[in-house]
Amino acid sequence: MTISNFFSTLNQSLWVWLATDVLLWALFVLFLGSLVVIVRSPLQRMVWQKVFRQRLAVVSAVLLAVAACFALLDSIHLREPLPHTAPDAPVRYSVEVNSVLDLILLDLRKDHEKTYSAPLAVTLAALEPVTVTLPDGTEEVRREAPRLKAAGAIFPPGPVSETTYWLDILQRIGLGAVGGVVLFALFWLAFTIARRTFKWDQKSNPIAWRWVGGTLGVLFIIGGVFTGLSTNFHVFGTDKVGQDVLYQVLKSLRTALVIGLVPTLVTLPLGIAMGLAAGYFRGKVDDVIQYIYTTVSAIPGVLLIAAAVLSIQVMIDNHPEWFATAVERGDIRLLSLCIILGMTSWTGIARLLRGEALKMREFEYVQAARAFGVSAAQILLRHILPNVFPIILITLVMEFSSLVLAEAVLSYIGIGVDPTMFSFGLMINNARMELSRDPVVWWSLTAAFLFMVVLVLAANLLADAVRDALDPRSEGQS
Amino acid sequence: MFAYILRRVLYAVPILIGVNLITFALFFMVNSPDDMARMQLGVKRVTPEAIEQWKAERGYDKPLFVNETASGIAQVTDTVFYSKSLTLFSGEFGRSEDGREIGQEIRERMGPSLAIAVPTFVVGLGLTVSLALFLVLFRGTWLDRTGVVLCVGLMSISSLFFIIGGQFLFARVLQLVPISGYSSNPLVAWHFLILPVAVAVVAGIGGSTRWYRTLFLEEIGKDYVRTARAKGLSDAAVLFRHVLRNGLIPILTGVVVVIPSLFMGSLLIESFFGIPGLGSYTIDAIAAQDFAVVRAMVFLGSVLYLLGLILTDLSYTLVDPRIRLK
Repeated sequence: MTISNFFSTLNQSLWVWLATDVLLWALFVLFLGSLVVIVRSPLQRMVWQKVFRQRLAVVSAVLLAVAACFALLDSIHLREPLPHTAPDAPVRYSVEVNSVLDLILLDLRKDHEKTYSAPLAVTLAALEPVTVTLPDGTEEVRREAPRLKAAGAIFPPGPVSETTYWLDILQRIGLGAVGGVVLFALFWLAFTIARRTFKWDQKSNPIAWRWVGGTLGVLFIIGGVFTGLSTNFHVFGTDKVGQDVLYQVLKSLRTALVIGLVPTLVTLPLGIAMGLAAGYFRGKVDDVIQYIYTTVSAIPGVLLIAAAVLSIQVMIDNHPEWFATAVERGDIRLLSLCIILGMTSWTGIARLLRGEALKMREFEYVQAARAFGVSAAQILLRHILPNVFPIILITLVMEFSSLVLAEAVLSYIGIGVDPTMFSFGLMINNARMELSRDPVVWWSLTAAFLFMVVLVLAANLLADAVRDALDPRSEGQS
Repeated sequence: MFAYILRRVLYAVPILIGVNLITFALFFMVNSPDDMARMQLGVKRVTPEAIEQWKAERGYDKPLFVNETASGIAQVTDTVFYSKSLTLFSGEFGRSEDGREIGQEIRERMGPSLAIAVPTFVVGLGLTVSLALFLVLFRGTWLDRTGVVLCVGLMSISSLFFIIGGQFLFARVLQLVPISGYSSNPLVAWHFLILPVAVAVVAGIGGSTRWYRTLFLEEIGKDYVRTARAKGLSDAAVLFRHVLRNGLIPILTGVVVVIPSLFMGSLLIESFFGIPGLGSYTIDAIAAQDFAVVRAMVFLGSVLYLLGLILTDLSYTLVDPRIRLK
């Protein structure tokens, strides 16, 4: 798709704001807001400089930021207009909901093959009867792997010679890498000029910036190589219905980030309020809140989620009129899954904060505030909440990776995201039977594995760094 | 001590009633029994009579909480909440969608679940504690650092990959063990059990090893360790005689919680390896949307969890003489 085409599509389409889109963008705004706060406050800056003194934390943060960019692009949805039936007819919109990322990846999305094909292959991974005309004019039916529609189309029909194939691949890798380097150089130059001109990071660590640049550079080159190869091949092959696997993993990033972030955030207010109230007021309030969270945590998590998801699925199935498109239906299921996951995990933070509040209510400054007649709500908001903020942040980051991993398991059991969506769990679930095929179809699973491990590993490493820097108890360890 | 246990058991009753209320609300209030009937009967056979019959067969045709047509105590007992939720306390789990006795199924499937869960638990605990001690022994060296990075790496891999990869490598390619299955004969069963247990242990290694290492490191910074070393004990003696024994307290109390839950089996391992235990029973029930089974398993799971909490408190008194329960 050309750039002008791209913008005219954006212009004419009907914008669709799904619930999780709004939440993801709200999160992004929240993130930008806290960034401003951090940059302005010297104390906060010191803490975060401590986090990013660790090289692994820098690399992880860059990787997560890039994943977030994909997720945000994938969170602007629109319905393209249908072609006019009559000149004066009202504009009607397609029922297919696409995201901006879909438009960018149009080539990957549109080129469907018939079924499985290996990474960088030019033929299907399955044999089909093909009618061949022999030199003497007779026709013969042979079983061979037919050529792909969207991969290797520039090669002449028939078998492709090894040299042409490899030369083409090398050429595309080379061009892609050069393109990546050039783009990165331009980007980094602009970024460095902006950084020097506005001088907003005078005290920051130059080594950290070097690692940001290095990681971004590698990602740009990988992106360039993938783009180059995608012009003529399926980089990670295609799946059972012939869909490009690279497209699927890129789409799965959004699901993973929504699942990783939204559950903790939607139930965070509940956990904070319950925990602080229980610890601060003690007595009857404490008894009631403890009863509530012991009850909720007594229910096996998977079963609670299963029960809730099944119930909601029945509700969704019984009210098809609520949703205009399949994407909206899938999105409501994703949102409810997030809320349910949050409901099973708020007890952890409530328990933690209860302990902290119990301790802090005896601190002198809290007692002084109470002696001055400051109301309980004011004390909790002004004097206790800011001090437990590091604990909340650490929990949030630590929960991310376990939630992303949980999604895979839930989708495998069939109580995860809607089967019409893309997610790592669904990919693994679909791929698990592929290993018993002959020839072995390994590429879907491998692609899901690679992307998922990188995402979760980055989150884990960042969480470690944040905990080391923010949690005074872990001082001097590891 | 006895009074303490009794009080804790009595305290568990309102929590279990709360658990029942939550599951009840999920199953009967979000969706009416009519919706459930429609789903179970499928699209084709849905007629008002069929729905009524389905509900009557399963006892879902009663009022939810209060039966106004009945008299006396039956006003409360002749309701869905009483007959479906409160009877769970007496061990009556009812029947599953295919008409089998759920209580009987649970008793039959407990054995295979334990056959996987107990070896996994014992081997896993032994291995992770030894690994953590090993890392602590070499603390500050490259061995320790590599170990921690490896642990984080293992933690970042979904257990699904361990299962699928393990099955593919050892059962399909190398053909060392059967892919899946189970036998009640112990002489044959170990053949089926060795791979699932190994996979489950490896999948759990990363998180626990790192956590135990932190606990041991916390212990090593304490004064009594300095004293022990000051009186001339060797590094190994300090580690095994002092640090290990004290570090085991938080580890022990942390693992005691999960011991009763071992009965519940492992959802993923059992369903991938075809073990007829409670985990695969639960997964099948979820897939078949069998609400009666899910309800029974929720109840069983919460009872075992609460039992774990009580056992944790008791284990504190066993390993730490300073703690007295009143």
